[in-house]
Amino acid sequence: MELSPVAVNTKRIDTVKKRNRNGLTPLEHEREKWGYLFLSPWLLGFLLFTLLPILATLVFSMTDYSPVNAEATTFVGFSNFATMLTDDKMWISLWVTIRYAVLAIPVSFIFGLVLALLVNSKHLVGKDVFRTLFYMPSMIPVVAGALVWAGVMNTQTGWINVTLKTVGITGPDWLGEVEWIYPALVLIGLWGLGNLMLTLLAGMQGVPNELYEAAVIDGASGWRQFRHITLPMISPVVFYNMTLMLIGAFKYFDLAYVLKNGTGGPSDATLFYNLNLYKNAFTYNLMGYASALAWVLFLIILILTILLFVTSGRWVYYAAEVRK
Amino acid sequence: MNIAHAFKPPLSSRKLLNRILVTGIATFILISFLAPLGYMFTTALKSTEQMSDPGVPPWWPFSRVTFAYQGQDLEIYQVPMDGETRNLALLKKTRKESWFIDPQDPTAEPILWEGNWRTLSPAYKSDPRWQNFKKAWDDLNFPRLFMNSMIIASFGTVGAVLSSISVAYGFSRFKFRGRNLLFLILIGTIILPVQVTLIPTYILFSKIGWTNTFLPLIVPHFFANAYNVFLLRQYFMQIPNEMDEAAMIDGANPLQVLTQVILPQSIPALTAVSLFHFFFAWNDFFSPLIYLASKPELWPLSVGLQKFNALYGRMPNLIQTGALITLVLPVVIFFLAQRVFMQGIVFTGVEK
Repeated sequence: MELSPVAVNTKRIDTVKKRNRNGLTPLEHEREKWGYLFLSPWLLGFLLFTLLPILATLVFSMTDYSPVNAEATTFVGFSNFATMLTDDKMWISLWVTIRYAVLAIPVSFIFGLVLALLVNSKHLVGKDVFRTLFYMPSMIPVVAGALVWAGVMNTQTGWINVTLKTVGITGPDWLGEVEWIYPALVLIGLWGLGNLMLTLLAGMQGVPNELYEAAVIDGASGWRQFRHITLPMISPVVFYNMTLMLIGAFKYFDLAYVLKNGTGGPSDATLFYNLNLYKNAFTYNLMGYASALAWVLFLIILILTILLFVTSGRWVYYAAEVRK
Repeated sequence: MNIAHAFKPPLSSRKLLNRILVTGIATFILISFLAPLGYMFTTALKSTEQMSDPGVPPWWPFSRVTFAYQGQDLEIYQVPMDGETRNLALLKKTRKESWFIDPQDPTAEPILWEGNWRTLSPAYKSDPRWQNFKKAWDDLNFPRLFMNSMIIASFGTVGAVLSSISVAYGFSRFKFRGRNLLFLILIGTIILPVQVTLIPTYILFSKIGWTNTFLPLIVPHFFANAYNVFLLRQYFMQIPNEMDEAAMIDGANPLQVLTQVILPQSIPALTAVSLFHFFFAWNDFFSPLIYLASKPELWPLSVGLQKFNALYGRMPNLIQTGALITLVLPVVIFFLAQRVFMQGIVFTGVEK
């Protein structure tokens, strides 16, 4: 931050005056109070709606609290966590979430990258129109989007299977068969990739042109330019999106709930971790147990994020840091 | 005018080929990507009979054509006859042969056609049912759902924007102990799943009688959130400090600096943040599902549409009509404000 002559001036006057016991001049002290004042909405909200609830969740996780029989609540120690180990539904929900994430993250990322490359291509005519239209489905409310796709994937009248039929293929029951539900969910999820496309695009546009010019002089092919210039230069954006997608998989709820009316079917294939948590808390009223599930979820996300950050040093390239 | 531009050489054939190829691929992907919207539009206008009628093509709202003959409605089929296809009304059918009436000449003798009438395609005509909109509108109770969504999203947006302005201003313009740590914590809340705070918050809200009211969906947004604060802080930091100092020399206090110097220069960022929150609240499904579970008259569109789907699964055409009227507002606002909106996304995602 550069100081203007005026600021330097006031500072000099202040240093002549006596400092308070924190080593701050009265003006700085005054500014500090203002700072906390402006921060107060978030400080209060963080305390009330984040920090205290997280701790309270931990306390609840060691009880058998149920809203229908709150008086009979007892302290049960770590037995909720022990129950989780033998709870089939918990393991199924964890497995469902992982299966989905392993398929969805690479496919979504590649699709987003292809879209970004396309709308960044100098050969594309009408870039702005394509950008806007590729982004637009991200604005469609999840519930409405889910119902539209449920229609498109209908076995008899949906356009996907009708199209397949014209080339002689009998389409699957996308939302009714265990082996097709994950591809179906990933396909539906492609409608929400607008943010991924836009941030990747902005990353690509931030790559200095000199790098490509130098590569062309050295005779690098299009693929090698992409691999050795574009990809490293946009790696911070890739990292940001990977983190969000990974967390997103563990927060997955809306689509699974709307498409299967919260049943988790077929055969528990859409019983995502969060859906299982929701059912325990609000259907079975097992809020103590659900709190334990929530804390484990919190720990999983925390560990995954830390792992991503630790490994990021190997593949994320921050141009600005090198320049310093 | 640039001379080089004036003498722009014509496109080389290779460049032209590249353009056609790339634009062609992009168009193909775009059409497949948006095809579900085509399904939605056409299905929203279909009759319920067409939904379960495999004889009629599913690409458009069609209905079968009938012909009134001696007090009964005869179905018209496309009958191949003498190397041409004639549209004839089916009068009498057996498995081996059928008799048809020519609608153009109904007084003539019935025409005999040999073959199984079930193998014939029915004749159909375009028949969009605009009345589906009226029906879905009424059955969904759309005006009430719309009002509820509007109230939740508008009040929440006011709270989110005001509180985020305040916090972003605090982080961008003031020095205080623990500032970096607090900012790190704020950003850290992005990864925090709602579920980890959900149960105590739910219990608290139900203890103070807030469940089945709008309050749990509005009040928490008056305490700022990481995304909005981050975007606004980045934007505020680009405004030169000299302007604050000039105002302070004129005797402005920090609040006046905010309202008179910072905010007037931050209109694009403020618009983006308002739109983000408005759409977030408009589309939010989980919170109203939980907090308004037993109060259908307070449901917003998201929950109302999902319950409508669960109830009216046998009328898939009306489901599409309902989806269509639900997504119109967000999509229209997006097209009107797309520039500022898309810049805001980029700002949060890239400027780290």
